[in-house]
Amino acid sequence: MLCNWKAMCVNRENILALRGLTMKYKSVVAVDNLSFAVEKGSICGLIGTNGAGKSTVVNMISGSSKPTSGEIIFKGARLDKLSPDRIAGLGVARTFQNLRIFGKLSALDNVRIAAQARHSYNFAQMALGTPHYRSQERAITESAQRILHRMGIGHYAEAEAGSLPYGHQRRLEIARCLALEPELLLLDEPAAGMNPNESVSLARDIRRVREETGTTILLIEHDMSVVMSLCEYIYVMDFGILIGEGDPDTIRRDPEVIRAYLGAEREYA
Amino acid sequence: MDFFAGSLISGLQLGSIYALIAIGYSIVYGILRLINFAHGDLLMVATYGAWILIARGLSLPFAVIGSVLITVAFGLVIERAAYRPLRDAGEEATLITSLAVSIFLQNLFLMVFTPKNRAFALPGFFSEKLVLGGAGSITITNMSIVIFVVTGGLIAAVSLIIKKTRLGIAMRACAENSTAAKLMGVNLNAVVVFAFVVGSALAAVAGVLYSGQYVSFNPSMGFMIGIKAFAAAVIGGIGSFAGAAAGGVLLGVLEILFACYLPEGAGVYQTAFVFLVLIVVLLFKPNGLFGAAEGRRS
Repeated sequence: MLCNWKAMCVNRENILALRGLTMKYKSVVAVDNLSFAVEKGSICGLIGTNGAGKSTVVNMISGSSKPTSGEIIFKGARLDKLSPDRIAGLGVARTFQNLRIFGKLSALDNVRIAAQARHSYNFAQMALGTPHYRSQERAITESAQRILHRMGIGHYAEAEAGSLPYGHQRRLEIARCLALEPELLLLDEPAAGMNPNESVSLARDIRRVREETGTTILLIEHDMSVVMSLCEYIYVMDFGILIGEGDPDTIRRDPEVIRAYLGAEREYA
Repeated sequence: MDFFAGSLISGLQLGSIYALIAIGYSIVYGILRLINFAHGDLLMVATYGAWILIARGLSLPFAVIGSVLITVAFGLVIERAAYRPLRDAGEEATLITSLAVSIFLQNLFLMVFTPKNRAFALPGFFSEKLVLGGAGSITITNMSIVIFVVTGGLIAAVSLIIKKTRLGIAMRACAENSTAAKLMGVNLNAVVVFAFVVGSALAAVAGVLYSGQYVSFNPSMGFMIGIKAFAAAVIGGIGSFAGAAAGGVLLGVLEILFACYLPEGAGVYQTAFVFLVLIVVLLFKPNGLFGAAEGRRS
């Protein structure tokens, strides 16, 4: 099934490129002149120690914070000046390190909200309940249900999202992003707080999502087993700068990466 | 007993009107964390709107619709001109601004219409009484019935909109986490506009009902009613739709019961007792009767 990605690889087209991206807070440079590219259709990893600036990068790509300088280019267009909802509309979706599902809404409504972003009808059509509106609402609900099933939480559609077990809430957050039918999916530590079994099954689902939808995934993750098993290409950050890049095997052996991140003493499997 | 039933009807009637106003406070607060003190003045705007339109010869239903439209226009202009530029300026800035808007509206209407108390006269039909029972001593006016039917219908309709429709779901999502909602492609401005439309329209209906019931109106009428409706929203748990409705009804009933049953001399302090209720509720339930235990915001 990996052939999908290999076929796309031939094009070697970058869906996302960061050029000289810098984020300064008062006296701290969180991200310093960062440049990298993410190939279309790939699962790309961004790793680094706590405070390396990974989440800041995701915040800038998704528009919730604006870079001090530098460019973010998505499919040839600048993202760095756009508002978060515009960026989401262009096909960039993200999850959060600390969960931000809508706890008081049902799981289905959580996904429906995102699915609705892609459908249009005006207020009058909604108020009058026109056939157009009804058929769209039905389509939205059906696609939301399909996505919940894809993420393995189809049985919880009507449950209040905040009452789901933690691992399912993480899955719900990814499901909500998938409803946006993103071309680029940013996953900010999706395996945080999961036990090894849950991580393995999540990694399997993430790979299946890429295979079924062809969406590009940028994975920010601490769990090395998830990163090494999923990512085709990995960037390593430390103190706001890029200190290494390459496929998982290269990263495993890169001495600077090992020193800065993996620990000088041991090598990760 | 009949006296009690009578006061209860009066209380429910006043409470329904508070509920309509409190819902406006609550939904706007839920999304923007903005306590919109100008909200109460919108019912004054609505009253003047309806009064002028009736004076121009419009029939009552059309005058009410016209007044709702005028009030919604005021609400939207206030949001666009006063609150949106300050969206990221912090809660204190918008809170102070809302007081300024309230003072501005009152003075604008004072200037144009003078402080004179005016009478909002409705056709005689509304003051006709229906006998409910109790040997003819429990009666209810047609106006009360209109108030109950209209508020009940509106609250049911708005609650359905918030539960089921796209904008309603988006509104609840924004109330919970507007950052995440924006990232899901929700247009926050559209949701805010929707909240102001709903809130202003409910305030307009409340204004016309209030003036229809209590007849006299002037440019500063909205302030005290607004403050009480705000207290109702806080008692119910600000940000909660059901809480605002329940808090409004509860406060209206208590206010009338205080006025009727407090000993001679204390009854005139009904308003003070209303705020005492607010303090007592907040002492025991700091988030209000229906409030969420913990609001997360980012």
